[in-house]
Amino acid sequence: MKVDTNEQYLLKGFANNDAKAIEYIYKDVFPSIQTFILNNNGSYDDARDIFQEAMIALYEKAKQESFVLTCQIKTYVYSICRRLWLKRLQQMGKFVATSISMEETIAVEDDLEAHKKKQIEYTIMEQALNNLGEPCKSIIEAYYIKKKGMLDIAQDFGYTNADNAKNQKYKCLIRLKKLFFAQYNIGE
Amino acid sequence: MEDVLLLEAVEKYLNGEMQAEEKNYFDALRKSTPEVDQLVVEHSLFLQQINAYSECKNLQAALHNAHNNLLAVGDITESNTNNTQATIIQLFRKYKKVTAIAASIACATALMISAIMYLVNPPASSQRIEQLGMEVAKLKRNQQVQSAQIKAVAEPKLPTDAVITGGGTAFLIDGKGYLVTNAHVVKKSTKATIINANGEEFIANVILVDELKDLAILKVNDKDFKPTSTLPYSIKKSAALLGEEIYTLGFPRNEIVYNMGYLSAKTGLDGDTTACQVSLSANPGNSGGPVFNNNGEVVGVISKRQTQAEGVVFAIRSSNIYDMLDATSTSDTAIAKIKISNTNKSIKGLERTKQIQKLENFVFLVKAYN
Repeated sequence: MKVDTNEQYLLKGFANNDAKAIEYIYKDVFPSIQTFILNNNGSYDDARDIFQEAMIALYEKAKQESFVLTCQIKTYVYSICRRLWLKRLQQMGKFVATSISMEETIAVEDDLEAHKKKQIEYTIMEQALNNLGEPCKSIIEAYYIKKKGMLDIAQDFGYTNADNAKNQKYKCLIRLKKLFFAQYNIGE
Repeated sequence: MEDVLLLEAVEKYLNGEMQAEEKNYFDALRKSTPEVDQLVVEHSLFLQQINAYSECKNLQAALHNAHNNLLAVGDITESNTNNTQATIIQLFRKYKKVTAIAASIACATALMISAIMYLVNPPASSQRIEQLGMEVAKLKRNQQVQSAQIKAVAEPKLPTDAVITGGGTAFLIDGKGYLVTNAHVVKKSTKATIINANGEEFIANVILVDELKDLAILKVNDKDFKPTSTLPYSIKKSAALLGEEIYTLGFPRNEIVYNMGYLSAKTGLDGDTTACQVSLSANPGNSGGPVFNNNGEVVGVISKRQTQAEGVVFAIRSSNIYDMLDATSTSDTAIAKIKISNTNKSIKGLERTKQIQKLENFVFLVKAYN
């Protein structure tokens, strides 16, 4: 019971972007993922990519109010990584030995589907941002991603006042939205 | 320019930064102008998307940070070689407790099964021979049937609370009422009842037991018993000859049973010179039965049979009866009184059936009890 509450606490911290919680989970889980990937035709970089993607999937789940962890964080992340890596191996056309591990895993197919959909949306947003061109991309990123205030942005980008910067931001935003929805609707 | 102003208003509206008055006006505008309403919905979706994107980007950055921090501290290693132990060792470490428990259980189970097997099957060596005393359970069952039959004639003499310990056959060696049977028939009992072929029952005491020779002497202690001065047969002191035809009378069931065969070896099991091997069919209950030769002389006492071989029965040589009595008669006056029938050969030359008619009254069913 105590372990469970600890894990729930940790997960809450993770959902709230607590750096300590992130680091704790990272330290706890990453080595076993690294071992798994290295044992199965992977490299250190693969291990890092797969693990971080799994962590993002966990984060998306943790953000949901309704989410209740039914197993250990380690098991969940391991299961996701395993699925992701096996899929990647298949895409690369490499032989996959299915009986690689005796570690316990849980079914994560549904979660992975949701994650994949989100991932596509992120890609659309990223492409739209990349196509936006400077300085629009930087302004938008500063405001919406780094959550900077308009005053700081005006100073950083050399606008005479915040209103001008804001004006510029909205012009950029209109273009970004056009780019985004052009792709997003197709995606839909 | 108008687009920009409108978008700014929408964003303010969605972020809840509008004054109440302004908000009311905007709500009204949403209702009246579908384009504005659509823009609000669209922008709301867009903000959701860009927020999710931003969260993802921030998390990626945080993960990178965590990764680099842990690398710097040395909690994780940046290597392409697998620095953990081989899978087998990992598995062993992980499952050693489980393995130990499983092994213990297997061990315990094996021991238990061995113990049960040992209990159920007594050691094989002791199975080689089987003493021909009647099984107690069988005797009890027989007794019930028999007692019902006897009741008509006379009250059974066996006390009602008697516990029967063994049974077999006995025969008279002295007309005054001395009988010989096997020691394993009477076991540790001191009392026995003897029943003759007519179903008459007499009480007898066990007066001598020689476990080594597997012989016992019973003395009839019953006023109904009519002593006879001479027995129609004698107990032979010398051994029978190889191939000599022999026969026996005994009580493997409640009825007296006749069996015949021949002497097949001069010694008993494992070269036992006090016994001999006879070839006839004997069953539990035949123990203690006399072995007669053609002349109607007693040459042995049926005692055992070999379980693996058919028709291999061992009989104690009749000379052992003399030996046993001689050894104890000096110290025991009761034994000294016994005069073994050794001269009478009245049935010699008679037909077998005539011999048996004379003999059957001197062969008894024995039930030893406590």
